Amino acid sequence: MKKLINQHPGKAGRWFLGLLPFLLIALIYAGASNARLAENPNDKLLPAFASFVEAIDRLAFEPSKRSGDYLFWQDTLSSLKRLGMGVGISAAIGLTFGIVNGIIPYARANLSPLVTAISLIPPMAILPVLFIVFGLGELSKVVLIIIGITPFLIRDMQQRVLEIPGEQLIKAQTLGANTWQIILRVVLPQVLPRLLDAVRLSLGAAWLFLIAAEAIAATDGLGYRIFLVRRYLSMDVILPYVAWITLLAFVIDYVLRFVSRRAFPWFHPAKGADS
Amino acid sequence: MSFIRIDHVFKFYGDQLVLENLHCSVERGEFITIVGASGCGKTTFLNMLLGTEQPSRGRILLEGKPLAGEPDENRGIVFQRYSVFPHLTSLQNVMLARELEHNRWCGYAFGSSRRAARREALDMLEQVGLAPAANKYPQQLSGGMQQRLAIAQSLIRQPKILLLDEPFGALDPGIRADMHQLVLGLQRQQNLTIFMITHDIKEGFYLGTRLWVFDKVRIDPQAPNAFGARITYDIPVGKTSPSVLDDINTNLTETVPAQPA
Ligand SMILES: Nc1ncnc2c1ncn2[C@@H]1O[C@H](COP(=O)(O)OP(=O)(O)OP(=O)(O)O)[C@@H](O)[C@H]1O
Ligand SMILES: [Mg+2]
Repeated sequence: MKKLINQHPGKAGRWFLGLLPFLLIALIYAGASNARLAENPNDKLLPAFASFVEAIDRLAFEPSKRSGDYLFWQDTLSSLKRLGMGVGISAAIGLTFGIVNGIIPYARANLSPLVTAISLIPPMAILPVLFIVFGLGELSKVVLIIIGITPFLIRDMQQRVLEIPGEQLIKAQTLGANTWQIILRVVLPQVLPRLLDAVRLSLGAAWLFLIAAEAIAATDGLGYRIFLVRRYLSMDVILPYVAWITLLAFVIDYVLRFVSRRAFPWFHPAKGADS
Repeated sequence: MSFIRIDHVFKFYGDQLVLENLHCSVERGEFITIVGASGCGKTTFLNMLLGTEQPSRGRILLEGKPLAGEPDENRGIVFQRYSVFPHLTSLQNVMLARELEHNRWCGYAFGSSRRAARREALDMLEQVGLAPAANKYPQQLSGGMQQRLAIAQSLIRQPKILLLDEPFGALDPGIRADMHQLVLGLQRQQNLTIFMITHDIKEGFYLGTRLWVFDKVRIDPQAPNAFGARITYDIPVGKTSPSVLDDINTNLTETVPAQPA
């Protein structure tokens, strides 16, 4: 018998072990839900799976009586748009300022303290300010995401740029590169995959800010819907929405990882065989 | 007028005198190997030639003009590590210098200049024996291959001086011998002026046309920082008979801490 640390599950075993906790949770939930519903058929806390299907069917595949929209998809689209804009703009700002701060000592001396100070502001505390300044429209929600994650992205990118070995920058100069060329040919391509990593890390926070902003001021969106139906204790809508958000987050993360592997093969050294 | 003139150069770090009154000149095509105890200032000297450090006193002239105070295309360098770009393939690494030259704005060459750069880079890779690995990324190459790539990359733009800081220190002996052949071949063929630091005196004798030993001449036990290293031996290696070399060799092993061969 090998030591425990040297025993590895096979492929099928890994799938089984990974899925097992999910199955267990579903089973426990079903058991608890059945027990409560047997006692009180009108219980709202732990609805049966059938109610989830029914609620989502109603929201996703039947037009809303009031507006004629398919609410589930409308919510998803609005939220993803806000998230995409917020994260996209943050990534662009983070990349630009991170590189400039990292590579140009004068810019770093000038901007680094400011970025640090801004990163210490709790974004939720200035949400009212955003509503006052930008109104209750789309902009303030996007801006909340930007304020929430951009300082992290700038600081992370700056750090990644500073981690590029000084030898490489000297080498580039001996090959005749000027500052702009060093940024374009040495720094930018090397921090792009790291930007994807940083974005993946900041997505959790981005969702948090998105849902918070939607909960407070919006007329659609996944966060809006959850907080709206909370008044009616509609767990049959809330729980599938939460699961859907989780799935979206997972898919976005997976796609970013996939893009990184495809676009930057040098950043992901092949394990074992390569051609 | 000599090619490189080192004119009464001193280097201080704070109140520590590292290099003391270096004064000599070097002609085009000389291959200078530098040995000396660890911490005596060899890298500091190379950095002054490179432009990342400035002399505290004195000056260094290249073809009669003071060296630029920052690295530029006149001086190529190969470090012990991190000399090649991990995000570029071998071919792209070698092409880089030409691309930077052709397009000052974005640093990418297009069209015919790109094809010319590619051909030239492939030739260069051929010379250092890396043609089969042209499309591999550096982390797919062995240490020796990476150093060969670094040399090819440095030489494509024909720098006036090539600086090597223990370039083969991390390689095993068999590969070192290959690298010696490569460097000697390129040096003779292109009449390169090379400064190379090594910890291996034998390597220094074998490769160089001129061997420098850096050492402190005076030592004050009360103030160990008060005196710096100088060039204590300046030996035209090529012109010395083997028996004299052996003499100096034994002499040197006493000044320089013993090296595991
Ligand atoms: N940036 C610096 N600031 C202060 N002191 C320095 C600096 N760089 C080098 N020194 C000092 O200068 C001396 C010479 O260092 P250098 O790196 O040139 O030695 P070296 O001969 O290359 O040694 P090695 O053979 O170990 O590489 C050392 O005592 C070192 O402590
Ligand atoms: Mg050194």
